[in-house]
Amino acid sequence: MPAVSKGDGMRGLAVFISDIRNCKSKEAEIKRINKELANIRSKFKGDKALDGYSKKKYVCKLLFIFLLGHDIDFGHMEAVNLLSSNKYTEKQIGYLFISVLVNSNSELIRLINNAIKNDLASRNPTFMCLALHCIANVGSREMGEAFAADIPRILVAGDSMDSVKQSAALCLLRLYKASPDLVPMGEWTARVVHLLNDQHMGVVTAAVSLITCLCKKNPDDFKTCISLAVSRLSRIVSSASTDLQDYTYYFVPAPWLSVKLLRLLQCYPPPEDAAVKGRLVECLETVLNKAQEPPKSKKVQHSNAKNAILFETISLIIHYDSEPNLLVRACNQLGQFLQHRETNLRYLALESMCTLASSEFSHEAVKTHIDTVINALKTERDVSVRQRAADLLYAMCDRSNAKQIVSEMLRYLETADYAIREEIVLKVAILAEKYAVDYSWYVDTILNLIRIAGDYVSEEVWYRVLQIVTNRDDVQGYAAKTVFEALQAPACHENMVKVGGYILGEFGNLIAGDPRSSPPVQFSLLHSKFHLCSVATRALLLSTYIKFINLFPETKATIQGVLRAGSQLRNADVELQQRAVEYLTLSSVASTDVLATVLEEMPPFPERESSILAKLKRKKGPGAASALDDGRRDPSSNDINGGVEPTPSTVSTPSPSADLLGLRAAPPPAAPPASAGAGNLLVDVFDGPAAQPSLGPTPEEAFLRFVCKNNGVLFENQLLQIGVKSEFRQNLGRMYLFYGNKTSVQFQNFSPTVVHPGDLQTHILSLAVQTKRVAAQVDGGAQVQQVLNIECLRDFLTPPLLSVRFRYGGAPQALTLKLPVTINKFFQPTEMAAQDFFQRWKQLSLPQQEAQKIFKANHPMDAEVTKAKLLGFGSALLDNVDPNPENFVGAGIIQTKALQVGCLLRLEPNAQAQMYRLTLRTSKESVSRHLCELLAQQF
Amino acid sequence: MQFMLLFSRQGKLRLQKWYVPLSDKEKKKITRELVQTVLARKPKMCSFLEWRDLKIVYKRYASLYFCCAIEDQDNELITLEIIHRYVELLDKYFGSVCELDIIFNFEKAYFILDEFLLGGEVQETSKKNVLKAIEQADLLQEVRYFPRCVTPFSF
Repeated sequence: MPAVSKGDGMRGLAVFISDIRNCKSKEAEIKRINKELANIRSKFKGDKALDGYSKKKYVCKLLFIFLLGHDIDFGHMEAVNLLSSNKYTEKQIGYLFISVLVNSNSELIRLINNAIKNDLASRNPTFMCLALHCIANVGSREMGEAFAADIPRILVAGDSMDSVKQSAALCLLRLYKASPDLVPMGEWTARVVHLLNDQHMGVVTAAVSLITCLCKKNPDDFKTCISLAVSRLSRIVSSASTDLQDYTYYFVPAPWLSVKLLRLLQCYPPPEDAAVKGRLVECLETVLNKAQEPPKSKKVQHSNAKNAILFETISLIIHYDSEPNLLVRACNQLGQFLQHRETNLRYLALESMCTLASSEFSHEAVKTHIDTVINALKTERDVSVRQRAADLLYAMCDRSNAKQIVSEMLRYLETADYAIREEIVLKVAILAEKYAVDYSWYVDTILNLIRIAGDYVSEEVWYRVLQIVTNRDDVQGYAAKTVFEALQAPACHENMVKVGGYILGEFGNLIAGDPRSSPPVQFSLLHSKFHLCSVATRALLLSTYIKFINLFPETKATIQGVLRAGSQLRNADVELQQRAVEYLTLSSVASTDVLATVLEEMPPFPERESSILAKLKRKKGPGAASALDDGRRDPSSNDINGGVEPTPSTVSTPSPSADLLGLRAAPPPAAPPASAGAGNLLVDVFDGPAAQPSLGPTPEEAFLRFVCKNNGVLFENQLLQIGVKSEFRQNLGRMYLFYGNKTSVQFQNFSPTVVHPGDLQTHILSLAVQTKRVAAQVDGGAQVQQVLNIECLRDFLTPPLLSVRFRYGGAPQALTLKLPVTINKFFQPTEMAAQDFFQRWKQLSLPQQEAQKIFKANHPMDAEVTKAKLLGFGSALLDNVDPNPENFVGAGIIQTKALQVGCLLRLEPNAQAQMYRLTLRTSKESVSRHLCELLAQQF
Repeated sequence: MQFMLLFSRQGKLRLQKWYVPLSDKEKKKITRELVQTVLARKPKMCSFLEWRDLKIVYKRYASLYFCCAIEDQDNELITLEIIHRYVELLDKYFGSVCELDIIFNFEKAYFILDEFLLGGEVQETSKKNVLKAIEQADLLQEVRYFPRCVTPFSF
């Protein structure tokens, strides 16, 4: 029991706390607490009115119990009563209880708000501060509704005490963060900016935080803060270490304020005014110079405060990215820290250098520290520091040092912490691909990855190596030889078996000439792994076996024997059983020619963003590339071999879009069985399909649906269904059209053609569309596929048209549809930080660069659906840019051959009014308007 | 700053301050996870770590860990000194502050914190001004316990 200093104030509370601390077990503690709760309850319910002191004591006990982790379901009313006490300490405890244990009981909120209102109006600064603290601590929407309008007034009132101003500023900040819509901008904003000039450093300290937050949303309204912040900063930086008295911290003048001012400046581009800019550059140089001076104190607080300012200064220099001299100095300074004895500084230097590495001015300077960073990766004892080192190596990697960095990272992988292995694997895979000079090195690297950290090699990684090997014939022989050797290791990872199985199935023939890797040897090597593997891998190996029968007829008998074995033909797993049965039949029924066609080498994969990169982005941040994922759900459907199901329509043309890399693969829209009755058929013959209503959505509706997606049914009527699968990358696209004959009668003279009317109007070619001819007859119930290669040469407004003509039962049919190729398909999503976004947004401020639409919601307003649509539209979604979390902000670049158009967009839903406001800013007027129109029709 | 937690070497939570709206359940989960993570770290390790999408800055004073969660663009070193300034304030107020002071006078610890940080931002960095506000309140009704100090925080 501790000694009590003065009075016997809340002695009961101290006794209770001691009792709790003396409890030997959890049970004893709970018992003691329950006893106390019963006691307090009876006191609160008792007839005798409690005096303020007792109320305070019991409320305080309840608070203590709550903070121990127990639930409290009473006492709120007593706490609210304390708020109107005129004893400061009683009021204070009341407010503390409310702040910690808010309850959205509406009756109480009304009472609480009333008490706060009284205190705010009391003109007693200590009471006002308590009330403001409470609002800031609770920060709920209800509080915002009640007070958001009053607080700006208190903040800028001439007669408010400094301490009240400080609390009001941060209180407003909290309310603004919670519900920005409730804080009205107005005449007060200009006066808030001038608080930067306030004599009281505490007021400035609080005000800067508020301004930093507000100016992100309204950069223009607060623009005057730049020069004020610069002059304030300059005064601090140049002051002697004792000038600022109590605001000097371990000989560092006003470190918190300095850091905040530097943060504020990072909301804006470099000052336009040359004098202001000169003064600022001088400040930044002073900070860099001071870093070289001997320390004024040996205390770590001194160096921390000083370096906090230094790191924030470097952040600002990196943000401006325009002063090569300062960037290089920053880099040298960080280089010194890389070898500092303080772990914290090494950590921060590695982190900060990562951003420096991406600036063209300092990239080379960062690279000079490669040996130190590699050494950090090897010797740092703290995993979080090693992780920073790995990040930095990744960031500083380019063609000149890729081999060194990749080999160091591979070596690190052998001992790396499990938590970060997957990320390292992804990084190595990306670097190896990005900077591969020769692809044999790339193949070696990926196989090493599998060897060292097979468990952490995700399917994206090994899919990717297969894709690259398939696309590059100069590496295929090497790959086959290398995997063959790798598979000879007594224990090899299952991922190695997958890669090996696939590569030998495709390119095993390239090494079959060597007797050491003759076909039977290859087969028995693979088959020796078969029984240890999972179902998915065994399924893959079965596909390899049937390919072997095609590649090496001499293995046919052996392999058929394997397929015929009971363990395959009657396998409990449906997929394995089906493959065994079908492959066995295929190998016995089909002629060698048919077999050779069915099992032809895989065609090259279309180039697209590495899915590994997408995965790394996903790991690194939410919101990055989340839509890339959807094709990868069903493990059997995305097996690496597209030609495994021996149904004539798919086997004869192994679909190039078979999902190797997690492409958005929906099965091609299948033609439903012809069900048209005779009566209908008669009508069909007389009315061309174009004339009759199509099933489902109208062509225009169907077209609009494709604005935000790439696959689906474009058109359907009684006769014909047209399905679309498409993929776009940069300014190129490939579209597969699937024409399904829904009838049982053959279509004749079937001829689909594509024209682009936009070109006819302007006589400028904006889209180049290459089509392949399709067979002129489409059998009843059959589906044919047509491939379109599309190149976007320049921006365009009208989509190309597809006209389909054919004869059905002798009657000519014709229809014309808009092809779902819209300019947004050539969007390249762009991730950027908030400040970059706003900088660009401002750069696009000419009236004709902006297009805006306010429109009513046509669909339920669901944030997730909206998100998916915006991602489907092609832009990146940027989180934490718009201060209002309800809003969506996106960015991307339209890629055409002739030019690139940067696009920024913002969508503001208003659930109450069921309206949206959509704003597009691009560098081209017609593009802004067109994108705005397209997108506005989606919600 | 998103939140600040004070907990003992045994993992007992001594003070919690949340500057973002979270449910009680989430708060408990975060606390459990973080206490475990921080206690598992070795003494010489660096004071910063990435955790979810936040940065954790922590420092141990005698038997007590002070742990802050800040956002990506926030400054780690200045946060470390926020912790230190808070410890100084407690120390000045209690006189060689120790864990017991914070247990027995938890409400004071909250009041001091509110004067120093508000809504997760530094409000007043002057030691004099912060303590002036607190002392004023104490003048109105002086009640304070000085438990026997076992291990004062070392500076």
